[in-house]
Amino acid sequence: MIVAAVIIAIIVIIGIWIWALYNGLVRARVRVQEAWSGIDVQLKRRSSLVPNLVETVKGYAAHEKEVFENVAKARAALMGAGDARSAAEANNQLTAALKTLFAVAENYPQLRASENFMQLQKELSDIEEKIAYSRQFYNTNVMDFNTRIKVFPNVLLANSFGFKPADFFAATEAEKADVKVSFK
Amino acid sequence: MSIYSEISANRRHTWLLMALFIIMVAAVVQAAAWLLGGGYEAGIIALVASTLFAVFSYYASSSVVLNISHATEVKHDENPDLYHIVENLCIGAGLPMPKIYIIDDTAPNAFATGRDPRHATVVVTKGLLQKLDKLELEGVIAHELSHIRNYDIRIMTITVVLIGLVALIADITLRLTWFGAGRRRGGDRGLGAAIVLIIALIALILAPIAAELMKLAVSRRREYLADASGALLTRYPEGLARALEKISGDKEPLEAANKATAHLYIVNPLKSHGSFMNNLFSTHPPVQERIRRLRAM
Repeated sequence: MIVAAVIIAIIVIIGIWIWALYNGLVRARVRVQEAWSGIDVQLKRRSSLVPNLVETVKGYAAHEKEVFENVAKARAALMGAGDARSAAEANNQLTAALKTLFAVAENYPQLRASENFMQLQKELSDIEEKIAYSRQFYNTNVMDFNTRIKVFPNVLLANSFGFKPADFFAATEAEKADVKVSFK
Repeated sequence: MSIYSEISANRRHTWLLMALFIIMVAAVVQAAAWLLGGGYEAGIIALVASTLFAVFSYYASSSVVLNISHATEVKHDENPDLYHIVENLCIGAGLPMPKIYIIDDTAPNAFATGRDPRHATVVVTKGLLQKLDKLELEGVIAHELSHIRNYDIRIMTITVVLIGLVALIADITLRLTWFGAGRRRGGDRGLGAAIVLIIALIALILAPIAAELMKLAVSRRREYLADASGALLTRYPEGLARALEKISGDKEPLEAANKATAHLYIVNPLKSHGSFMNNLFSTHPPVQERIRRLRAM
C-alpha cells in the first residue's frame, strides 16, 4: 500500500516536472519568435525604403546601372529570405550594396545636398540602428533558448519533443564596428 | 541572479510596503485614540482609509510623481532625436515604448516611473539634453530602462507616495511642534499641549522608520545593477560613466525634486547636505564608486 503510494507520488512529481519544463521551453521559443518578428519589421522597413533611395540617386546618376542592379538584387534576396540565417546573409549583402551606392553618391554634390536624399539617409541610419538593437535582443533570446534545450536534464526532454536550436542573426564584422557611430 | 528573481523580489517588496503602510497608519491612529481616551472607531476608520489610499497609490503614484516634478509629455515630432534613442534602446531591451516626459530645468538629471513596463514613463530634464552627447544620453536612458524592466519603478514610485508622504508629514510636524512648543512655554499647559506633545512623539518615531523603509526601495545594489544592465544594453559603459560624471559635477540644484522623490533620480538631485533629515534620507550610492565600477567593465 505504502509502496504503491510512493510510486504514484513519484510519477505525479515527474509528470509535474515534465509539464513545467515543457511549458518553460515553449515560452522561451515563443520569446525567440517574437524577437524575430521584431527584426523582421525593421528589415521590411529597410527594404521598403530602398526603392525610394534608388529613385532619388537615379535622378542624379542614372548611368551607374551596376550599383542599382546590385542593390535591387540584394533587396529581392532580403524580401525572399525565410529564416534567420538567410535573412542575415541577405541583409549583409544589402548593407554592402548600399555602401557602394552611398560611395557613388559622394561624387554628386547636388545629390548629397538634396533634402530628400538627406532625409532618406537619416531614416536609413535610424533603421540600421534599430536592426542592430533588435538583433541584440533576438540573439540574447536565442542564446537563452539554445542553452535551455542543451543542458542536462532538459536535453532529454527537448530532443523527444523535437525542440531544435534557433539560428543566431549574425552581423558582418564591418557592421559590428559601425554600430557605435555618433553623429554629433 | 536573473532579472526574473529581481522582478519577483520587487513585486514582493511592493506588497510588503503597502501592508506595512496600512498597519503602521492604523496602529498610530489607534494609539493616539487610546491616549486621548477613545475607542476602536478611529483605528477602524484609519484601517479602511489607509487601505484605500494604498490602492490609490498603486495606480496613481506615477501621475503624482510626474505632477510634483513639473514634468510634461513630449511626442515624437517635438524631439525626434530623443524619441529615437528611447525607441531603439527599447527594441534592444525588448520593452514596449514608454512615455517620455521633460522637466523644464537646466540641472541635468533623469528618472523613470510607473507601475510596470506597459505603464512606464522616462523623465529627463532639459539640462540633461543640453549637456550630454548622444552616447552619454544613451547610457542614462539605458539605465532608466533597466529600472523599468526590473520593476524597480513600481516599488520606487509607490515609495514616493506612501513613505515620502509620511516622511514629509513627520518632518513638517516636527518643525511645527518645536516652533509651537517654544511659543507656548509658560502659557497654558492643558490638553492642547498634550496633543502637540503626542503628535511630536509620533513624528519622532515615524521619521526614522520611514527612512528605513525608504532604503528598502532604494538599495545601492539596485542602482549598481541598473548601471550594469544599462551598460550591457548599450555595449558602452563609458557613455554612462561620463554622463554620471557630468551630472554629479553639475552644481545646480533641481528645484522640482524633494525628499520624497530624490531617490528616483539617477544621481541625487538635492545638493544641500548636512541637515539631519537629508542625511537620514540619503539613499544614493557614491557616484565615484559607480563610475569606477563602470570603467572596470
